[in-house]
Amino acid sequence: MRVLSGLTSVLLRAETQADRVVPPSGFTAQLTLFAAGAMAFLAVFALALSLASGRLAQQWGAELARTATIRIAAPLEQRQAQTDAALRILETTRGVDTARALSDEEQAALLAPWFGAELQLDELPVPRLIEVIETSEGMDAVGLRLRLAAEVPSAVLDDHSRWRAPLVKAASRLRMLGWASIILIGAVTAAMVTLAANAALAANAQVIAVLRLVGATDDYIARAFIRRFTLRALIGAAVGMVLGMIAVLFLPSGGDEAASFLTGLGFQGVHWLVPLMIPPLAAGVAFVATRLAARRTLEGLS
Amino acid sequence: MIELENVAYSYGGAELLSDISLKLAPGSFHFLTGPSGSGKTTLMKLCYGALLPTAGYVRIFDTDVRSLSRDDVAMLRRRVGVVHQDCQFLNHLSVNENIALPLNVSGRGAEAQGEDLGDLLNWVGLNERAKALPPELSGGERQRAALARAVIMSPDIVLADEPTGNVDWEMSQRLLHLLIELNRMGKTVLIATHDLSLIRATKSQVQARVLRIANRRIQLAGADL
Repeated sequence: MRVLSGLTSVLLRAETQADRVVPPSGFTAQLTLFAAGAMAFLAVFALALSLASGRLAQQWGAELARTATIRIAAPLEQRQAQTDAALRILETTRGVDTARALSDEEQAALLAPWFGAELQLDELPVPRLIEVIETSEGMDAVGLRLRLAAEVPSAVLDDHSRWRAPLVKAASRLRMLGWASIILIGAVTAAMVTLAANAALAANAQVIAVLRLVGATDDYIARAFIRRFTLRALIGAAVGMVLGMIAVLFLPSGGDEAASFLTGLGFQGVHWLVPLMIPPLAAGVAFVATRLAARRTLEGLS
Repeated sequence: MIELENVAYSYGGAELLSDISLKLAPGSFHFLTGPSGSGKTTLMKLCYGALLPTAGYVRIFDTDVRSLSRDDVAMLRRRVGVVHQDCQFLNHLSVNENIALPLNVSGRGAEAQGEDLGDLLNWVGLNERAKALPPELSGGERQRAALARAVIMSPDIVLADEPTGNVDWEMSQRLLHLLIELNRMGKTVLIATHDLSLIRATKSQVQARVLRIANRRIQLAGADL
């Protein structure tokens, strides 16, 4: 809370005599601006990655957990009979919300990416697929498997858990990595501002000595430095954030259906507001880092 | 105002000053003299809290300097005007901003706009140079600017370390005259100098006491000058 009130007072106060006592610095100021901007730019991407993979993990987890597929790999002439038998079993299975056999057209569409659109399914022994949607309680996959084995020997139940689990895990891990990157970016920003502030404090050692001799308190001296670095981090991060968001905005996007992980990278809805937190956070990090650096340096002087 | 009691100070083992007792009464005028390297500047620094004694007690305005926090030291320096041997300024600010710096750092920046600053500049004869930057000043102008900066807060004590170090005789007379005027206004003044003729020239104008540092100790050397 103290940081927050200090931050706002530092930023809202107009340039005063207190800020002028430290001579203006040219080149290093631009380096701080640039570094803050670059960090904010990277943070936007890390944020996009985290939010997108989080969204994906949730989506996969929720959608796939509630669906299963039954594959009827019977010879062509028995296929319809076995499919009907399996559907009858599903009707009486607890935990099954709906179950329907995919039509030839749907199956052709699924296979189209591999075999082309002109595929004649009736000429091939393609198994029939039944899409099962579970109720929220879920079904007893082991029990269903036993019943199917007894009555429809050619049916194979796939509850997706085999390939769902690693995908969800990968997505959550990716999200974690994204957040870890954001934390690292914040830490690097702090380190960079600390280095820049230390350099500025060292370069202005004589100014600080004069100020101490005429009765300036440490707070007064530190304020001039803190304000500068906080402003630089804020402005740099704001520019970096805007550029990062523009870059994310122009990422190519697939249609809703075809959206794969890569084309789904980006922000959706209110998530577009999340990157707006980056500049104030960068300013906060710079504020704390400069204050600590200034306090440490000043306490070492007479 | 400033009281030293059995004070000793040593730099890295070698004792520079030892067993120094001294009392600066309000309104007094003191010279501090002694050969180069005898510890005049060190003694001055002890008097405004830039150094802490290695033994004994220094009390400034009845407060032990060892008990002062960094902020207390800052407050103390607003009440003690110091003219340093190497008068340092902020080279990117003009002369009048440098002179008004003590006002600004103590949150009284508004007073820096007033007539007082003009009067002060007039008094030290720097009116024409108000907008100049410190590196453009001559030695004497720097000393006078330092003096103006030291007194702008209207301190109770003025400490001047070799205020006439880099200036010719006429200029040193002018500076001394300014310090005597301050003393007449009731300020306690302590001047460190190795220039005995300056001390002699002063004696006719003001009741000054001369302290001499010799063999690490301080002696009152009034009569023999």
